[in-house]
Amino acid sequence: MEGNMNLTLKVWRQKNKKTAGKIETYQLTGISPDMSFLEMFDVLNEQLINEGQQPIAFDHDCREGICGMCSMYINGRPHGPKDAVTTCQLHMRSFSDGDTIVVEPWRAKAFPIIKDLVVDRSAFDRIQAAGGYISVNTGNAQDANSLPIAKDAADEAFSAAACIGCGACVAACKNASAMLFVSAKVSQLSLLPQGQPERTMRAERMVAQMDEEGFGACTNTGACSAECPKEISLEHIARLNREYLGAKVSSDKV
Amino acid sequence: MSWVTQTLSSSIGKKLVMALTGLFLCSFLLVHMSGNLQLFKQDNGLAFNVYAVFMTTNPLVKTISYGLYAFILLHAIEGLYLAYQNRQARGDQRYVINGGSANSSWFSRNMAVLGTILLVFIVVHMSNFWFEYKFGYVPYTQYEQNLVTGETVATPYEGQIKSKLEEYIREESNTRVVIAKDLYRSVMEGFKNPLLVFFYVLSMFAVSFHLVHGFRSAFQTLGLNHPKYNPIFNFLGIGIFGIVIPIGFALMPLYFFIKSM
Repeated sequence: MEGNMNLTLKVWRQKNKKTAGKIETYQLTGISPDMSFLEMFDVLNEQLINEGQQPIAFDHDCREGICGMCSMYINGRPHGPKDAVTTCQLHMRSFSDGDTIVVEPWRAKAFPIIKDLVVDRSAFDRIQAAGGYISVNTGNAQDANSLPIAKDAADEAFSAAACIGCGACVAACKNASAMLFVSAKVSQLSLLPQGQPERTMRAERMVAQMDEEGFGACTNTGACSAECPKEISLEHIARLNREYLGAKVSSDKV
Repeated sequence: MSWVTQTLSSSIGKKLVMALTGLFLCSFLLVHMSGNLQLFKQDNGLAFNVYAVFMTTNPLVKTISYGLYAFILLHAIEGLYLAYQNRQARGDQRYVINGGSANSSWFSRNMAVLGTILLVFIVVHMSNFWFEYKFGYVPYTQYEQNLVTGETVATPYEGQIKSKLEEYIREESNTRVVIAKDLYRSVMEGFKNPLLVFFYVLSMFAVSFHLVHGFRSAFQTLGLNHPKYNPIFNFLGIGIFGIVIPIGFALMPLYFFIKSM
């Protein structure tokens, strides 16, 4: 895939968690506008390898916008300039020939940098493990009609379930708050009958874990939802607040 | 740790404290505004000064006002602490390039800065009037209001009165006589100073920006985000607390400044 775009890339390079990082500048020529942002990085890495330099480490997996692995802070915005796309679904046609593009990792105390653009997002896994699950019996699936779910509730739960856990909300938030992520997970399960048994415990435990991980508190700026590649709504944060405060005043846990 | 303190010290609990104290302060602004509109009454400050006595002597108002001072402090301290904590959450290395304006409003990202301006304003404002009224020297004025025509004559009162307000009817001339501390005069004198007027008007911009975000944000924190009610929160947050209230307050120093010219 040959093209005619010439770009200047300024990329955050950091050897490991402990050493300090800095911005390095790279020149790229012949980039096709049809390449994805990650393919452009592949070209850059080939170039670096040919020059005998260390390639840039970055997270990626499915490259079709669903796994939540890619995580680049591009020109001051998570997943770049376009709305509702992940970095892997961002294409070079969204940029112009001669552009300078600055790429940084997500920055949050709870997301320590592993190397270059790769951050450790296992804090999300620990929040999920704290309560983001339901208990079901194994064995044959039960009859689909035995648990009626209203269409509205199913749609709303699905809009929360669309969260891919990429962490763009944390990256975009001026407080590095994980509220949108946690709210999506709590919301999704609290709206469905399957999520009812652990409902109060879930809200309490997931918020407690979120706080323990060192994420900031929400100030309702709305940056998270504006930058979310899956357009998770702020209504889920309001629901999380209701779930949490309701759980706190009513649960058996004193 | 009991469940109450545990809840209130969680991130959502801290937001709840900010929201509830913030809404209480908003309700205070409504009272403060409606009371202070009496400054515009053309009666040499009679109504305003009587109101000032009521506000500083009525036991219920006094109780609420102590609560108000406590909530202002709580809101300020908790807010600054949260701002510090939230800044820490970003980590040691901040973004080299950050495009916050692409995803959020300027004032929503700068609530702590706006709030700090307001805290400074409250300190200046209270030392200008509240402190002077309670602990400083505010001269007395005697009002003689003709009960038939409503005409009021104000004269400085040199003597001492036992209570904060003396009020009686002079039957023979059909006049109501009121002697009270003339806070109205202090206001009038204070706002002759253009620097003070400028600072007050500037602070009202901070009030506007702080409340446009803060009022609506409080309801989101309380979990009240609903298409049926959001238009009401938007109307109150932007229209009333973001525009009407700050303009109303800004008009007071401007009115006295223009009057003094």
